[in-house]
Amino acid sequence: MGQDCRTKASLFVTCIVDQLYPQVGVSVVRVLRRLGVSVDFPMDQTCCGQPVFNAGFTRQGRQLAERVLRSFRHSQYVVVPSGSCTAMMRVFYPELFKDDPGLQRQAKELSAKVYEFTEFLVKVLGVEDIGASYHGAVTYHSSCHLLRELEVRDEPRRLLGKVRGLQLKELPQVESCCGFGGTFSVKYPHISEGMLADKLANVVASGAETLVACDMSCLMHIEGAISRQGLDIKVRHLAQVLDNQIPSPSTKAH
Amino acid sequence: MAEVKTHNFSAASKSSILDPQLRRALQRVGTGFDGARREAIQEVTPQVWEAWREQARQIKIHTLDNLDYYLEMLHENVVKAGGEVHFARDAAQANAIVADIARTRKVRVATKSKSMVSEELDLNRVLETMGVNVYETDLGEYIIQLADETPSHLVAPALHKTKEEVGRLFSQKLGVPFLDDIEAMARVARETLRQKFLQADLGISGANFLIAETGTLVIITNEGNGRLCTSAPRIHIGITGMEKIIPSLRDLAVFLRLLPRSATGQRLSSYVSMVTGPRRQEDEDGPEEFHLVIVDNGRSRLLGDPALREALYCIRCGACLNVCPVYQKVGGHAYGWVYPGPIGSIVSPVLVGLNRAKDLPHASTLCGACREACPLKINIPHMLLHLRHKLAESPNPDEQSPTGAQGLLARGYVRVMSSPNTLAIAHKVGRILQKPIAKKGRIKKMPLPLLSQWTRARDLPTLPPKTFHQIWKRELSRESEDGA
Repeated sequence: MGQDCRTKASLFVTCIVDQLYPQVGVSVVRVLRRLGVSVDFPMDQTCCGQPVFNAGFTRQGRQLAERVLRSFRHSQYVVVPSGSCTAMMRVFYPELFKDDPGLQRQAKELSAKVYEFTEFLVKVLGVEDIGASYHGAVTYHSSCHLLRELEVRDEPRRLLGKVRGLQLKELPQVESCCGFGGTFSVKYPHISEGMLADKLANVVASGAETLVACDMSCLMHIEGAISRQGLDIKVRHLAQVLDNQIPSPSTKAH
Repeated sequence: MAEVKTHNFSAASKSSILDPQLRRALQRVGTGFDGARREAIQEVTPQVWEAWREQARQIKIHTLDNLDYYLEMLHENVVKAGGEVHFARDAAQANAIVADIARTRKVRVATKSKSMVSEELDLNRVLETMGVNVYETDLGEYIIQLADETPSHLVAPALHKTKEEVGRLFSQKLGVPFLDDIEAMARVARETLRQKFLQADLGISGANFLIAETGTLVIITNEGNGRLCTSAPRIHIGITGMEKIIPSLRDLAVFLRLLPRSATGQRLSSYVSMVTGPRRQEDEDGPEEFHLVIVDNGRSRLLGDPALREALYCIRCGACLNVCPVYQKVGGHAYGWVYPGPIGSIVSPVLVGLNRAKDLPHASTLCGACREACPLKINIPHMLLHLRHKLAESPNPDEQSPTGAQGLLARGYVRVMSSPNTLAIAHKVGRILQKPIAKKGRIKKMPLPLLSQWTRARDLPTLPPKTFHQIWKRELSRESEDGA
């Protein structure tokens, strides 16, 4: 067996993509492979534990986090198509195991090698133009954890900027939260809906035909209102936009 | 202590959000205050701003790590300047100290400049009960005193009121004709309050900072009322939380840069008053007595928890309120106690008791806008999480939140997520269950307790035929083997 010197990335697809938006995972794999990355998918993965951790259940969060530590122990890189799940793994896992030096060491190892998808492309692979094309006016919503826990601000824009045919429209109040917040959306639906209404009004005001983000949870939230109101705005994960190749457009994205 | 309604956040926020007048008033927060703050940062450049933030944070870290030392130094220096220092363990003790001073000095009229700590203690009520006439002299505080309300914002206490409301209030309470011109209203307040300043025996102020090295109390105002309160009456009582202390005047400089810019976007507030002791022999004016009341009232609980200690770095600028999307929707009163918004959701539960404010740590999407705006870089979202963990794992059933039923849900969730096989089964079961309620790949109405809240205003996507696990196994995994 010859030495494989390609970059190796293990995909943590996130539970929401696995269960509700598997085509996003497919796009991530295709984009990474096109860039010469050797992608594997540890089959025993489920959820990073964030939903229970954020609700306050540390013990339950730890149970799920331990699974993730085991699944990705030997990975070179871990790539995640979500800012918030990446933040959970990078920022909160080491904190979660602060009373267990052994597991904390593993958590810190994972923390150092886990990357959000667009961050991985730009910072690790050093690519911005991956030869994608997407026709139409697109606006980008900056999801909160991606922005403020990982400080990934420009990478998604740089990637979108290189997509042929894509017209990037600035989203007014781009950095304000969409109001999802996990259990917040069902615990305080009235506040969440108010925030969502503001976000949606800004999306409409941007004049874009497609809304792009790097977190399917935020997109599920915004899409839920788009669909309820019967608006003609498409919603895409950034990986799906990059998966549209020149010259022959790939299979339908969503 | 001020009335605690923090347990009522859920209901109070529901009615606030429906209040069109409040909504109009709150619009000023984001564009007005926060817009000015951002401009002020641009003016000094974000790099310089960042350096100031770090410098101020280091000062606060150092001071709170050595709080006993600096409190002693402050005490010594206030006494040296001729003043008196009183330490109050809780609200009752603080109120008793002030009441005692007022009683023994036969105080009949007191003027106050803005003090959130006195709001926390409900000091006005205590003084009024003993027959002292208390007048708030900060315009915003004066308005809400007339309206018998509580502040809804840390720096703009009457933010929730429109100018028409204030006009009506003035005409009702002060017997002046209805005014809708802000300047004219300010003039009326000024004329009324000028009389009170002349009558007052006692002036009460808060403190933005206490300087340990010199025993100096520093207040920052825009109306000049603070200076009148601290200099005209024969007694001045400064009342504040123990976290307001910083070591030296040199340290003050960076805070004077950060606070007005963060609060209102001003380069400097109109007045910076520094009070060191009572009138000295050579002084032409100033009070005969100076008392400093330093209040704990639960702050040592923040100090004692390393995960929450940085809440004490707060300089009450209100920047976190102005950027908070939740505050922007519900306003300050919904939070149910003196300190609203993101920082209030940390401070209130610890000061009033976790069992009484279980909802507040959950009243956030953890978006982190507050931490980004905070001049002290206080990590509010992580502290909210810490409080959520404390609540969920509290051995005290009175404190537990989320409730037992939600705990079961969490355990059920972990059970499903405990292996890809159980998750696959859940997916199959979900596919069957969704059939009767799914239409064109959407669910418009979810008949389950929590998820029905989701479908009030949003559709849910349906579970697709295949999960990513299945797609990987059938279609994608081989490519990976080929490549490897």
